[in-house]
Amino acid sequence: MALLEVKNLGISFGGLKAVNEFQVTIEKGSLYGLIGPNGAGKTTIFNLLTGVYKPDEGIILLDGENIVGKKTIDINKAGIARTFQNIRLFKDLSVLDNVKAGLHNHYNYSTLEGIFRLPKYYKVEKAMDEKAMELLDVFGLAEEAHTLASNLPYGKQRKLEITRALATEPKLLLLDEPAAGMNPNETKELMDTISFVRDKFDMTILLIEHDMKLVSGICEQLTVLNFGQVLAEGRTSEVLNNPEVIKAYLGE
Amino acid sequence: MKKIKKMNKTTKSNFITYLMVIVIYLAVQAMSMTGNLSSLMKGLLIPLCAYVILAVSLNLTVGILGELSLGHAGFMCVGAFSSAFFSKCMVDVIPSSGLRFFLAILLGTAMAGLFGFLIGIPVLRLKGDYLAIVTLAFGEIIKNIMNLLFIGKDSAGFHFSTKDSMSLGLKEGGTVIINGPQGITGTPRDSTFTIGVILILITLFIVLNLINSRSGRAIMAIRDNRIAAESVGIDITKYKLMAFSISAALAGSAGVLYAHNLATLNAQPKNFGYNMSIMILVFVVLGGIGNIRGSIIAAIVLTLLPELLRGLNDYRMLIYAVVLIVMMLFNWSPKAIEWRKRIMVKIRPGKKKDEKEAA
Repeated sequence: MALLEVKNLGISFGGLKAVNEFQVTIEKGSLYGLIGPNGAGKTTIFNLLTGVYKPDEGIILLDGENIVGKKTIDINKAGIARTFQNIRLFKDLSVLDNVKAGLHNHYNYSTLEGIFRLPKYYKVEKAMDEKAMELLDVFGLAEEAHTLASNLPYGKQRKLEITRALATEPKLLLLDEPAAGMNPNETKELMDTISFVRDKFDMTILLIEHDMKLVSGICEQLTVLNFGQVLAEGRTSEVLNNPEVIKAYLGE
Repeated sequence: MKKIKKMNKTTKSNFITYLMVIVIYLAVQAMSMTGNLSSLMKGLLIPLCAYVILAVSLNLTVGILGELSLGHAGFMCVGAFSSAFFSKCMVDVIPSSGLRFFLAILLGTAMAGLFGFLIGIPVLRLKGDYLAIVTLAFGEIIKNIMNLLFIGKDSAGFHFSTKDSMSLGLKEGGTVIINGPQGITGTPRDSTFTIGVILILITLFIVLNLINSRSGRAIMAIRDNRIAAESVGIDITKYKLMAFSISAALAGSAGVLYAHNLATLNAQPKNFGYNMSIMILVFVVLGGIGNIRGSIIAAIVLTLLPELLRGLNDYRMLIYAVVLIVMMLFNWSPKAIEWRKRIMVKIRPGKKKDEKEAA
């Protein structure tokens, strides 16, 4: 069974069909790309998948369970984590605390245990620190663990956002334009990171991207979106050579 | 290794805050013992403790939760009146003033926390300016309700009215406890400076430990980015309400302290109205939003300043205002911050790297 199965998904904003009859099937462990011109509805689809918007129609099956209508936090608990096109870090928290915020639902002690510094506080905080440092180490951010998130260089902020998303232990990771604003070197490094995440964490990844080099370099399968509708889907090389797709991107 | 260093830093900073309060307390006690404290200053000590608690608790809402609240005096009012009512009723039942006051503090704190929770449910759906205006309104509502509340007690039990004390219909021997705009008279004056300082320390303990815990992290994550906090599975409503209720409850405890220092407790604009709310907000902003120690210092300085300048008569409020502006510039202007950093580097060259990292 596929990890994510979306059927007939649609939403309108004031009469405009932003997404219409969208469908996609993503197998576990795959690296899937979602591309399309500006305004095609890619980020809207991410917002539908994570419950920020409620779809007008359609179903979203995660591991066979319909998650339509669930709240964002419950969808995160069900196993979808995401990053954002315009980076959204907890900018006045340290890098470490950003990751620990991601661990929020997996390491638990009550507020009172926290205020009165009961033994469980020390035990759980220590476990959280270790887990967070382990994750940061994987992404080469351990050195900056106590830097404020807003003081990180741009590329590392992107990495931290991915780290934080992974801290929630998702089944499916959504990356919204991870290479936006990066230079070719940083993009190259990011490609390695994404492939690495997939292999190391056995993660399924769906990403939105404009950078064709990144898409053709790491995505195994693609869906092309145009005006809210699926224009083409299939293996990356085939899709990118599809005349319809070339037309949508480059014009007649 | 680095982790340990950092942990120590937070603990150290908290420790300095506690120590500062204790040192100030001992200094004041010493001055009082040697007779160097004017009676005017002595009269200010308990309200000062209340203001410090209010400033620290409001900083939890404004600095840590990141929501502007202008109704903080309303929660103080709830704590003040509920506890004064309790103390006045119980003055004969519980003769021990220590136990009575302890229960009054618990009751006032709990009532204010409950009000914070109930008001928080609708209000926290708003944010920014809108939230500020609505909290302002709720604060005023609480104050005005207190002004038209008449409660009396006689052999038949409690009587309640919103018109005047006559319509309570008390039997002979009955007493009016809350007398509308005249408020509560004859609350036992149980507050002492020492209890005030203990309450400050408890408040600090709760707020500082909350900040450095899982819940505090969640609250600050919501402040920094609500959408991202939601996306990592943090329950926004729960933690917003938690921070707001705790903040309200602590304001209530300040109200208890304040009420038990007055012969007559009545809700006026200057003690429970928006003037007070704004004044607390000034403490918080001046001391640094999110900076707990700063709130304490600002509350102390700004409470004592008008009194210390009393000799200057007409000019004292002018100087107060000028000091306010200068302090605000010193704390918040980018140039001043830069200048302070340069000075710090000169004083403590070893700190240079840390400063850079923190910048």
